[in-house]
Amino acid sequence: MSAAIEDVVTEAPAVEAVPKRAMTLGSGTSLVVVLLLLVVPLLVKNFIIFQMTMLLIYGLAVLALNILTGGSGQFSLGQSAFYAIGAYTSAILMEHFDVNYALTLPIAGVLCFGAGFLFGQPALRLSGVYLALATFALATAMPQLLKLGYFEKWTGGVQGLVVTKPDAPFGLPMSQDMWLYYFTLVVTIAIYVFSVNLLRSRSGRAFMAIRDNEIAASAMGVDVALYKTLAFGVSAGITGVAGGLGAITVQFVAPDSYTITLAISLFLGMVVGGVGWLPGSIIGSAFIIFVPNIAEGISKGLSGAVFGVLLFLVIYLVPHGARQFAMVAHNLIGKVRRN
Amino acid sequence: MTQAQLAQGAEALLSVRDVSVVFGGIVALNGVSFDMRQGQILGLIGPNGAGKTTLFNCLSRLYQPSSGDILMEGQSILKRPPHKIAEIGIGRTFQNVALFANLSVLDNVRIGTHARTSSDIISDSLRLAWVRRGESAMNKRVHEILGYLDLEDVAHTIVSGLPFGTQKRVELARALAADPKILLLDEPAGGLNHEEVHVLGDLIRRIRDDRKITVLLVEHHMGLVMSIADHVVALNFGRKLAEGTPTQVQSDPDVIKAYLGSKEQ
Repeated sequence: MSAAIEDVVTEAPAVEAVPKRAMTLGSGTSLVVVLLLLVVPLLVKNFIIFQMTMLLIYGLAVLALNILTGGSGQFSLGQSAFYAIGAYTSAILMEHFDVNYALTLPIAGVLCFGAGFLFGQPALRLSGVYLALATFALATAMPQLLKLGYFEKWTGGVQGLVVTKPDAPFGLPMSQDMWLYYFTLVVTIAIYVFSVNLLRSRSGRAFMAIRDNEIAASAMGVDVALYKTLAFGVSAGITGVAGGLGAITVQFVAPDSYTITLAISLFLGMVVGGVGWLPGSIIGSAFIIFVPNIAEGISKGLSGAVFGVLLFLVIYLVPHGARQFAMVAHNLIGKVRRN
Repeated sequence: MTQAQLAQGAEALLSVRDVSVVFGGIVALNGVSFDMRQGQILGLIGPNGAGKTTLFNCLSRLYQPSSGDILMEGQSILKRPPHKIAEIGIGRTFQNVALFANLSVLDNVRIGTHARTSSDIISDSLRLAWVRRGESAMNKRVHEILGYLDLEDVAHTIVSGLPFGTQKRVELARALAADPKILLLDEPAGGLNHEEVHVLGDLIRRIRDDRKITVLLVEHHMGLVMSIADHVVALNFGRKLAEGTPTQVQSDPDVIKAYLGSKEQ
């Protein structure tokens, strides 16, 4: 009996993660990234602006998963379900109730926080691969739930819902796409800053304590069940906001846009960006948006296989994802400065 | 129980009353009672399988005793879940070190203050003024403890890369950060060499003297227990075998028999 307890206590952490100090970018690098994100849309075509908006939106969804997995050490293959709830919330509120698009986002976020928090309750009994399987079931069930005849009046059933794209306010001279991009950028930066604050705070430390050692965390007074479900809630809430933004940007929601494929893509994005490294989320997002296109450019018929090979190369060459590049660059700069 | 013992029980900081633990058909602890007074270093000894770890796990609320009670300042702790033990002033360390391996020394000790601080996820995300004030007060406290245990130099190092002896000190620092009244130490000398055990003994005594913390020491290492404990409780096969000063317990025939075996066998 006591041997079993010892095993639990000394078990190696399931998820590799970076220390908090290395969780963010330096202020110089952050400034450059923000400037690029501000200036580039002024120089490119509308379609590219649309893609950049999607880059930010998936970036948010990957960030949300990163808080859950990198922060609290819980796996999820069910993020597409929360993304779908957020998307449908925004779409239904805008189309059926004429709610302003910007107002639908906090509602989607709060609703998904609730959904995530509730889902976190049964998930408390599971960990590792079993938790991944439970969330997988959620992702598989969601498209079918959205197709149910009972909800058809609101969801539009299999047909889905068309969402009206908002115009730039105050008569600003910019295209709808560009306005939406800057709107998304502001939301993304705000959520990123809140997330960094959260992980640096007492709550974030409680998440990481649970990730590294549940029994020790509990002995320090951390309510393990509460913080695990809170991590699920926060992650689902951010994913919901991303889903809402996605619905507005794509101007369409349909059950089959939110299948398990989306959940796996987000998981992929997190791994490619670096588990636990929040800035990596945007790089992971770029990978899941652009690399399939690149693969298609190389071979139309075998795009899936090419994507697989590219993914394999990334995992093989940089197992820690984009974070590894960042660490190498950081060390190089340090060396150059010392010389 | 005599009148004197009752009086002593009333002023005890922690008292273990007739605690039994049964796993299936195996009696791991059988009616064990003892008291800990404020400022004491109490050594809990016994051969393998004596029930030391079982008792320890009852105190940290990982096990629920089948009968009996454990009182902290007169209040039963048995209705509290494990995460509500730190807030009433019971801190602990682990047998094989259970630190938060991917975090720095500083963050490990910061997590130690969890039970003594409060926050919510919204205020934390927005980094409101009261959160910032709380964090800076907490950081001051944490650095005081790091300085006290000579850990300032490694404050930003990830704990998994530190030598075992240092990790043990980090665990002590983390436990002290919660400002405990009682510190439960589970085999702190395990894995340390002779010199390190000596240093550890001095450190435990210093913590008791400087910070007025009562210490329960569960230990195999007889040398350590006998040199620093004021009071020793010896267990064997789940029963209390002897109790008293280190010298009394050391010369107790039952204890000698339990450790060395009797002549008749």
